[in-house]
Amino acid sequence: MMHGSPPVRSGLHNESAMKDLRAAGRTRPSLLQRIFTTDDRALGIHYLLLSLIAVAAGTLLSLAMRTQLAWPGIHWPFHGPMLPEEYLSLVTMHGTLMVFFVLTTAPQSGFANLVLPAQIGARGMALPWLNALGFWIVALALAVLLSAFLLPAGGPISGWTSYPPYSAVPSAGPGQGGGMDCWLISIGLFCIGSWFSAVNVLVTILTERAHGMTLGRMPLTVWSWFVSSVLILLAFTVLFAALVLLFCDRHLGTAFFIPQGDWISGQVVGHADGSPLLWLHLFWFFGHPEVYIAILPGMGLVSGLIANFSRRPIVGYRMMAAATVLIGLLGFVVWGHHMFVSGMNPYAGSAFALTTMAIAIPSTAEVFSWLGTLWGGGLRRTTPMLFALGFLSLFIAGGVTGPILALPALDQYLHNTFFVVAHFHLIMAMAGAFSIFAGIYYWFPLMTGRLMSERLGRWHFWLSLIGAYGTFFPMHMEGLAGRPRHYAQVTGSTSSLASLLPMERGVTWAAFVLGAAQILFLINIFWSARRDMPAGDNPWQATTLEWQPGLLPVRVERGPYEYRSGPPEADFIPQWERASQQE
Amino acid sequence: MLLAQRSPPMPATFTPRSVVDVDRERKDPGFGGRPPVDRRPTGGGGGDENWDHHRHGRGPRALLTRYRMGIFSALAGDLMFFMALVTAFFFRQSSGHFDGHGAYILDWHPLTIPPILYLNTAILLLSSLTMEMARRQLFHELDVMEEWLGMGRPAARRAAPWLAATIALGVVFLVGQWMAWNDLASQGFFFASNPSSHFFYLITGAHGAHLVLGILALVAALAALTMLHRMELRQIFVDCTAWYWHSMGIFWIFLFGLLVFFQ
Repeated sequence: MMHGSPPVRSGLHNESAMKDLRAAGRTRPSLLQRIFTTDDRALGIHYLLLSLIAVAAGTLLSLAMRTQLAWPGIHWPFHGPMLPEEYLSLVTMHGTLMVFFVLTTAPQSGFANLVLPAQIGARGMALPWLNALGFWIVALALAVLLSAFLLPAGGPISGWTSYPPYSAVPSAGPGQGGGMDCWLISIGLFCIGSWFSAVNVLVTILTERAHGMTLGRMPLTVWSWFVSSVLILLAFTVLFAALVLLFCDRHLGTAFFIPQGDWISGQVVGHADGSPLLWLHLFWFFGHPEVYIAILPGMGLVSGLIANFSRRPIVGYRMMAAATVLIGLLGFVVWGHHMFVSGMNPYAGSAFALTTMAIAIPSTAEVFSWLGTLWGGGLRRTTPMLFALGFLSLFIAGGVTGPILALPALDQYLHNTFFVVAHFHLIMAMAGAFSIFAGIYYWFPLMTGRLMSERLGRWHFWLSLIGAYGTFFPMHMEGLAGRPRHYAQVTGSTSSLASLLPMERGVTWAAFVLGAAQILFLINIFWSARRDMPAGDNPWQATTLEWQPGLLPVRVERGPYEYRSGPPEADFIPQWERASQQE
Repeated sequence: MLLAQRSPPMPATFTPRSVVDVDRERKDPGFGGRPPVDRRPTGGGGGDENWDHHRHGRGPRALLTRYRMGIFSALAGDLMFFMALVTAFFFRQSSGHFDGHGAYILDWHPLTIPPILYLNTAILLLSSLTMEMARRQLFHELDVMEEWLGMGRPAARRAAPWLAATIALGVVFLVGQWMAWNDLASQGFFFASNPSSHFFYLITGAHGAHLVLGILALVAALAALTMLHRMELRQIFVDCTAWYWHSMGIFWIFLFGLLVFFQ
């Protein structure tokens, strides 16, 4: 295990871990103690390992999908050709794993547990047992979700959004029986688990800050964890309610979502005026804030990295904090832009178009702040900085298609095409993944006391960047050509899209490059964790508190990103006051 | 002072308003722009101490504040859960279909609320009162001081009957809800009968599930009064259970109003 060797804690001693050690009367905690721990940093590593399992599974699923799309009808070893419903189940599981167990879990729970207490100068999380409980519920959720693969009928096929009526009728498809139930239980558990951890993060930020750590001195990562926690509290509970309704429709004979006269698999299943639109409203009321839960911590982290590796304070810190809050608030009033073609009232569509385009304003403000910080800064191109710049590039590239899709008239055509797939994979999946990579390269010394290899890191970055654009950029063109989502192949008996096959193959090759690049990342993690290259106290000369070399208690004296105040050689002003300097 | 540093921090106390006012009056300097110092007794030996230098690194109210904030933020999420159900209620109420003659058909048949629900509501409100009595016993200054100093457990002893009464009233409420369900079932309204009955059973059921959790928490709190060694934790346990219980009472008033007036 990565955290098997005693980590160099950069002077940050962890009270609870020390107490456990003393209580056990031995020098090393036992394996069980290390697994069932309430120590926040250990839980952060737990979360990251859980995400690593989920991302590995999700990536393999996506590569299988890409293989099927490039060479339809290919004969899979031990299996034969892939059936369309099997393809759909891959789509569903890929989306669910990636959105919930990677993009929500790693930046929000993983990184927050890893650095949040240290970053606000706290001794630990406010409610450690709740934190640990949340982790184990999320781990159980992942196990339940993956167990859907073991069912004879396979996984669910209605996508990560689980639109009714297909998701509400167990006979709608092979995986819609047991597989869909696994999905429901898993996501229900995930709601509860992330609800618990959000409560913990929120209370920690509100009550555990060190002396002098006012709201206006919190690093932007802390701001974004704060906003994301509020979003989780208010959005995941709504999803939970929707899951309860769906469960009743499936097993208790109600009709919340199944419309009158609905006819599925040769039988009439709709006997009352249920409304699939109701699910869409409830789901996307959760679903859009969920997107921000996934990306906000990355935005906060990238702000910090850009400030640190440019050796400049972040431009417009107050504006950035306000923009983070504003994005979170606006995120609650834009859910209708997922529903322009759903039969919703068209006037509602206009309103949602306006709110959606309004979100472009704080997002653009953030981008200009990042560019402004980079401008004239002393750029240090370390691997975490490269990934932060990659995030910036992907965020812009994926972001500009947002206002396009926000227009109901354009969305009429683009909805449910690969244009949408390209948009959210660039801005959420790839930008999110790049911010996670940046965070892991940056905070690796906190986990292991060692630095990751820069040479491997640079290879990983450039191959990932080429792979990411190669995979997802051509999907815009496919979408403009009318290529719909969720189709298992573009060729076949009635295909007007067969001419897209060469492009599909190109995308697939790029996806292989992207996947292969991640092998370098895995090698880098496991090799660097054992390599004898200690990182020291503050390898990046960062100013935020998690790199503070002194002991607790700490006092914050200055703003979060203070780098330059006078001559260039004194280009480093940390946020903290050393313990020895305190009276 | 020594005592406060070596043992767990002193628990918080609830002090009647009059004492606070007297204190405030005494501390008011009476000139300049300085506001009167609100020396609300914390039990920790002064408000301007840096608690970071203590072994536990926090003041007497810190842990309580932490847990209260936790339970309130969790309840904010829970409120959204019920809001989603209420939204679905109104949405479903207005979703119908056009028949073959172009007429708009709604399948929602309004439900007559079983009258026992009024009695249940009164019982739930009463249980909130007993809950509040139990909670206040644990913050009564003199009792808390005695209990903290190890001179018996007067606060816990006084709180226990109120907790037991709350449990009893909670169970009576749930039995009453069960009778309301039976009442409806005997009229032929089951969960799957009609959208209005979907929501009746769902809302009462979801609220009932919350109360079951609440009763479990109350039983645990009752056990905690004797089993937990730290006064502070006993207080926190009862306090958080009380806020949860009150919130369920408030939620119920709104849900009950929805079921009665918006059929």
